[in-house]
Amino acid sequence: MQQETAAAKPERAGYLYYRHRLPVRIMHWINVIALTILLMSGLNIFGAHPSLYWGKSSYAGRPAIFQIDADSTADNRIVGKTRIFGHEFDTTGWLGATRGSDGALVASSFPSWMTIPDERWLAMARRWHLFFAWIFVINGVCYLAYSIASRHLARDLAPDGNDVRSIGRSFLDHLRFRHPKGEASKRYNVLQKIAYLVVIFVLLPLIFLMGVAMSPGVDALIPGWVDVFGGRQSARTIHFIVAWLLVAFVLIHVFEVIITGLWNNLRSMITGNYRAARACR
Amino acid sequence: MLAGCEKLSKSEWFPKVLEGAESVTRSAQRLLLPRKAMAQEFAESDRSPSFRSNGTAMPRNAQYLAMAAGGFENYRLDVGGLVGKPVSLSLADLRALPSRTQITRHDCVEGWSAIAKWKGAKLSAVLDAVQPKASARFVMFYCADPMEADGTSLYYESIDMEDAYHPQTILAYDLNDTRLPIPNGAPIRLRVERQLGYKHAKYITRIELVESFANIAGGKGGYWEDNGYEWYAGI
Repeated sequence: MQQETAAAKPERAGYLYYRHRLPVRIMHWINVIALTILLMSGLNIFGAHPSLYWGKSSYAGRPAIFQIDADSTADNRIVGKTRIFGHEFDTTGWLGATRGSDGALVASSFPSWMTIPDERWLAMARRWHLFFAWIFVINGVCYLAYSIASRHLARDLAPDGNDVRSIGRSFLDHLRFRHPKGEASKRYNVLQKIAYLVVIFVLLPLIFLMGVAMSPGVDALIPGWVDVFGGRQSARTIHFIVAWLLVAFVLIHVFEVIITGLWNNLRSMITGNYRAARACR
Repeated sequence: MLAGCEKLSKSEWFPKVLEGAESVTRSAQRLLLPRKAMAQEFAESDRSPSFRSNGTAMPRNAQYLAMAAGGFENYRLDVGGLVGKPVSLSLADLRALPSRTQITRHDCVEGWSAIAKWKGAKLSAVLDAVQPKASARFVMFYCADPMEADGTSLYYESIDMEDAYHPQTILAYDLNDTRLPIPNGAPIRLRVERQLGYKHAKYITRIELVESFANIAGGKGGYWEDNGYEWYAGI
């Protein structure tokens, strides 16, 4: 215990730096809640028709490109089957035949712990999804307005000349899990900036757009606009893929948060204060 | 947190909070969309090889089955409620009304879509014939298909006057150039193209104009609405 305190001391020798302003912190956590619920209720909605297609309709004489299915064997066991571009995999326990809330195998695309509500319940899942979709959109619009007005976007997120020149080095640093200390740690590194910008300006707008592309009401706004993305069923497929790209982003994001100092990072997104080590330590 | 979500889903009050999003969505779409904004129409080549039947494929209703056996010769569509001049229309009467033919995409709430060609009497023409009273706010569609195995709980739906007068809102009697088959709602089904599939009531036998549907069946304006789905199904 004594030794541990001693070892931790140099780390604490840094100084607190006000890194994230209150509006950004609030909007970050609202986004965490909204996206989590959107994902989990979305997986429940997917279960109502667990097939994805490319094109304007689901029935165009072509098979689904992705399908999660449940089947039963001769001895009445449920098996989960997942088909991707015609290749079939047994995914019992993971997809198709999954554990319900009582632990028994049931015919359901995703395990109950991944969905809201637990069991297949399309009407309720849609209620959750469409309510939190509004929260997500309003929060996102507020974030964009704030980031532009407060120059958060220009100052903290837009890569500058130095960033562009250091992409290669930053890439190698990430591969070796080496991260800037001291003064440099106060700024986002270039890969971090690019990742955030891709999420903010590509993935999140795209998942919203592909969501409303599934709305027969919004489709009537400019008839045919959905065909730019390949049609309504393609839009549904893209919506699903982007959801998983966002999950991948979150996994990497949380990994980086952990290896660069979990508590320091968490505190900075809660109280705003980030402890930067003294330079030339 | 997840157990919390489960409790909230099954609570009395929380789903009502979530339902608040429905009126926001409806207002936003009504604000954004011109009243007569048209649903996308497709080319012949976009049509699905066969149009999927979902929900009821054969109504378990003796009266309906007898009518079907007679080729719907005795079919009558009664239109009444808050109207100046109630009418009772045969299939021939409906076919004589101004019609519209459209190739549209049917979007099921489950997530799938299918494209087909529909021909039917314009609902606006039917409404013009019955002279709706100023107090009429919704058009109710009562159907022949029972949703319970014991033959009770007949399917029903409702739309507002804005959708009722929309040019693409038709009482369809033809599907892909042939008479509407029984699995798809013979002899008459509704097409209300800017909303999801469950609004497109099949096996319609009676239309009623009302001021409110609060006292009809479950009070939510439709069979699926009474089971938790949105009344405004534009999303």
